Formats: sequence, C-alpha cells, structure tokens
Amino acid sequence: MTRALGLVPAVALAAALFAGAAAAQTIKIGVNEPLTGAFAASGTYVVNGAKIAADEINAKGGVLGKKIELVIEDNKSNPTEAAAVAEKLITSDKVPVLMGAWGSSLTLAVMPKLIEYETPMVVETSSSGKITTTGNPFIFRISPPSAVEAAAFKGIVDKLALKKVDFLVINNDWGRGTAEDFSKMMKDKGIGIGLVETMDQGAQDMSAQLSKIKSSDSETVIVTTAVDQLTLIFKQAAALGLKKRIITTGGSQNPDQIIAQAGAAANGTMHLTTFLPWFPDKTPNPEATNYFISEWKKRGFEFAGCTESFRGYDGIRTAAAAIEKAGKAEPAAIKAAFWDIKLKGLNGDIMFRKSGPEGKESGQSQPNVYLIEINEGKVEMKTL
Amino acid sequence: MSEFLQHLVNMLVLGGTYALLGIGLTLIFGIMNVVNFTHGVLYTFGAYIMFIVVHQLGLNFFLALPVAVLAGWLLGAAIELTLLRPLRGSDIDTTMLVMIGAWIAMQSGALWIWGGVAKSVATPFPEAPLVLGPVSVSWLRLFVLAAAAFLILVTYLLINRTRLGRAMRATFQDDDTASLMGVNVDLIYTSTFAIGSSLAAAAGALLGPVYVIFPQMGDLAAVKAFAIVILGGLGNITGAVIGGFILALAEELGAGYVSSGYRDAMGFVIIIAVLIFKPTGLFARSERVG
Repeated sequence: MTRALGLVPAVALAAALFAGAAAAQTIKIGVNEPLTGAFAASGTYVVNGAKIAADEINAKGGVLGKKIELVIEDNKSNPTEAAAVAEKLITSDKVPVLMGAWGSSLTLAVMPKLIEYETPMVVETSSSGKITTTGNPFIFRISPPSAVEAAAFKGIVDKLALKKVDFLVINNDWGRGTAEDFSKMMKDKGIGIGLVETMDQGAQDMSAQLSKIKSSDSETVIVTTAVDQLTLIFKQAAALGLKKRIITTGGSQNPDQIIAQAGAAANGTMHLTTFLPWFPDKTPNPEATNYFISEWKKRGFEFAGCTESFRGYDGIRTAAAAIEKAGKAEPAAIKAAFWDIKLKGLNGDIMFRKSGPEGKESGQSQPNVYLIEINEGKVEMKTL
Repeated sequence: MSEFLQHLVNMLVLGGTYALLGIGLTLIFGIMNVVNFTHGVLYTFGAYIMFIVVHQLGLNFFLALPVAVLAGWLLGAAIELTLLRPLRGSDIDTTMLVMIGAWIAMQSGALWIWGGVAKSVATPFPEAPLVLGPVSVSWLRLFVLAAAAFLILVTYLLINRTRLGRAMRATFQDDDTASLMGVNVDLIYTSTFAIGSSLAAAAGALLGPVYVIFPQMGDLAAVKAFAIVILGGLGNITGAVIGGFILALAEELGAGYVSSGYRDAMGFVIIIAVLIFKPTGLFARSERVG
C-alpha cells in the first residue's frame, strides 16, 4: 500500500510533463477575471465569451498555425489576488499576452506587474480614466473610459431635462472615477450635483444610502456598479418608495438579469451600455453580432450575459489579431503589433489611439455607447 | 425629519436580522466557547436550501423556511459529531484552525455545486411597499422582522425556561459536574451546536430572498455576527439582540449622516470603543474565572 502511494507523485509529475509538452504546440493567452466574489457573475460571462472567440479562431486554423489556449485564472474580485494571478500567468504559464482584469481596481493592481515583466494586456471592461492616463505602455483598452461614457451621455441630458442629480457609486476606482467624470460633464452643462453616496463592493443593504437620496431635492440618480448590486438597489429603492429616475453606467448591467431578478422594480430604469444584443441589426457589425449571439445560445448560456460576455469575445479576438500581426508569440512583438491592428468588434472598430503621457502611452480604442430603457420588462433603445 | 424616520425603520428591519445572526453565534461562541468560523457558511447554506426548495423542488415559500432550519440543524449536528467531538478538550487554537478549514471547504463546496453567479428567490409578498406617511417598508422585510422576533423569543425561552436550556448552561459552566448530575454531556454539546447552526441557517433563509444568494454571502454576515456577540457580551442572548440593533443603528445613522463610504466601519468603531471601556461586552454578567 505504501509503495503504491509512493507512485502517485511520480505519475503526477509525468502527467504534468506531458501536459507541458502538449502546451508548447499552442499559443497561450492569459485570462485574469473575477470568477468568485462580488463580480463573479460578470467575470464568468466574460470568460464564456472569451472561450467562444478561442473556439472560433481555432476552428479556422488558429493563429500562426497554432491553436490558441486560454489559461484562465480567478482573481476573486480582489486586487491583491489579481496582481498575484497576473504574476503567475506570466512567470509560470509563460503567456505572452493577457486579458483582464474586469474591474478598474483589479486592473490597476495588475498594471505594475505588466511593466515589471514587460507583457501587454487587453483591458476588456474597466472604465476608470486612470488606467490609460498614468503612462503604462502595456495597456490596450477596448472598453470606454468613464469620460467617454460621460461625453456620449452629454448629448441626451437636454432631452432628459436633467436639473440636479445624485450619485450612488461603488466605492472603488470605477465608481469614484465615474462620479468625477460625470459630475464634470454635468457641471459644464449647468446641471446641479447633489449627493455623492458610495457603497462597499460587497455591501448588500443600501437602504441607508437610498433613504438619504430619497429625501434629497434631485430628480435623477446616477448609479454605477455591477449587476448583482444593481438588482439589490432597484429592489430596495422600490421598497423605500424612491420615485426618482435611475440611470446606470459602466456597461455591466446585464439588463435581462435585472429584469428577471428585480422584476417590476426595474421598470423605468435607464442604462448606458456598450452592446445591443437585443437589436443585432443596429450594432456596427450585425453579422458578427448574430453569430456571437447564436453561439452563446447554442452553448446554453443565459441571454442576459451577452452584454458582458461580448467583451471577452472581442478581447480575445483583439489579442489574437495582435499575435497574428506580430508573427510570433512574444510579448514585445505583440505589444508593438497592437498599434497596427484594426478589426471589426461587436461594438465598433477596434483600433488603438495613444492616450496618456508622451513616450509611454497606453492604447485606447473608442467603442460606441448606447442608452437603453427598461419598460414593462422589455429593453427599449433610446437614441443618444 | 422624514429621512430620520426612514432611517429608524431601516434600523428596525436590519437590526432584527442582525439579532438573529448574533444569537446563533452567541450560543456557540459565547456558551460553548467554540470560535465558530462556519457560522457564515451555515447562513449561506440556509439561503441555498431556500433556493433549492422554492425553485428546484417547486415547494411553497413558507414551507421552505422550516426545511432550511432543519437542514441547518442537521448540518450543524454533523459538524459537531465529526469535527468538534474528537477535538473536545483540545485547546481553542486547534479547534479554531479546524473550523477555518471547514469554512473554506464548505464555501468552496458551495461554489462548486452552485457556481459563483448570484441566485435570487421569488417570494409571495407584493412588490409594492407598505407606505406609512413619509416612511415605507417592504412587506418581505416586515415578515423577516416578525419571523426573526419569533425565533429570538423561542431561543430565549429554550435557554432560560426549559430543562434542556438549564442542562446546556450547566454543561458549559462545568461539564464534569453536569455529567455527575445526570446530564448527557455529549448530547448537550451536539444539540447546542445544532441549535446555533439552525439559527444561522434560519437567518440565511430569511435574508437570502431579501438580498441575493452567492457562496461568499456569509463572510460579511459572520463578521457582523462576531461583532454583535462581542458587543453584547459572550453568551448573553439579550445582549446579542440589543447588540444587533445597536450595530444596525450605527450603520444607518453613520451612512445617513456621516459618510456612506464608512458604513461598515461604523459598527467596528463601536466595537473598539466597547473593547476599550467595557471589554466583557455591554451586557455581560460577571463571570467566575478559573
């Protein structure tokens, strides 16, 4: 018995070596997403979208004659873990390029590691302005920074007749950055800024903040957080009899999940989003959008996840395009190639423009932003 | 003024659930002296049982509540029998490490079975809230408050007015003497842990439908439960109830009038103050040492 047990490590070692040998035939892309913790729902959707892209690319013969292999790690919605996971992906899995890390605070925690190991990363979701303005030349972002969201929103504030707004935002770089950028835009427009309330990312009870907002003299509340907390906010706002107009930002609302979980409490809420899976024909790339949605449904995933998962899909396609352009799976070559790629994303063309201090600019693509409204449990598009 | 009234109503509904979390833990941590890190997981477990019974078995919401309480009781009894009984008499650090292990294993188990995406439970209560002048509150929260009050009362009577309760108190004061007086000490250990666990599961079953259900939901709940128990004094049921309401009041008023960014810090500021000025908790009875 003892002898038989002694064999186990040897067998495991052999298996590990075999796996290593097999992996050399593929090109790895590191995926650093929150699969547990406060952002588990969103991170899981992004990863599922990433897998669709990898399978599609591999079915067409892969990149540089090799198959793509996603090395997926869970950053637990925790910045410390996100940095540790990035280090593990780069040093131990030897990935030449990463995608991640969903949240702004998570991405910001990863960024020093990218400089340390000189490895580029596609940022698929994060919206804090800081990410592309602090001078990290390894960052290539395909999601809109909150200033771009604010600018897109600017066109509709007159139509909505906004007079004074309150903010309820998640207490991290994402939420605070959004409150800052939207306040700036609104002040320029002569709109009053009332309360700026925050909530912890794991908080489940926002009644205190909502009670305060209920008694303020604003008519609109801008809410920034991910889908699970949004669901709670809509339910609790309804329970408190809060009658103000609610507009959410950040593109992580998954409106169908909100409709399913918050029910009537979601009616009348408006959402700034970056993808229109409900109206594929109105997207910049209808053919690809239809393919993606049918593939998503074929795999049995919930339709609600589409608004989040398309970013994983676009992110992996962006990384693969850069590898192809670079001609080799090496970090420096891929980093240089990001500047030369142009591909049709599900939400507009993906091509990087320089952003941040000269000499060490980050790449920023300019995606579209849309405003939708939930009405009688249905999603309606508003023109911006 | 209307805002203040709304904060007070919020405090009442929140405090009721905090009290429920607190009394379950005060039985185990306060009376049994086990630093129970599985309290949060049992809370999560109760919520998932609710989800399974209502959505996967299709049973009635009100029927699901006792099922969750019973399931929590059974899981608690199982933990006591398999993990705590072999460790009885070993030092508090060993037990604590084992309980941390159990917490991580069970939380990972929940993640493995149900995944990280949050679930929500449909309730039979109307979505429109009850409006009383400037104040409004959801029917579900009122029901939760009533159910919590009921469970707190039952637990109080059980500990202070029944033979079982007397046997429990005797056992954890001095189990040798209790055993000499004819108390089945093994049974008392198991049932105390099971009762504490079923209260945690009950809190999860009541609050799961109010919030959303996910594997880590119990972590914050457990931290608050420990805070409440320390605030109220170890093993003191009345103290845990009042502690729950004090924590809720601090959070509501802190978020409402100081800063919502520090909402969760408010409670802990009070705890630090209590530990400095009255380290045995606000309502602790004097205790014989040694």
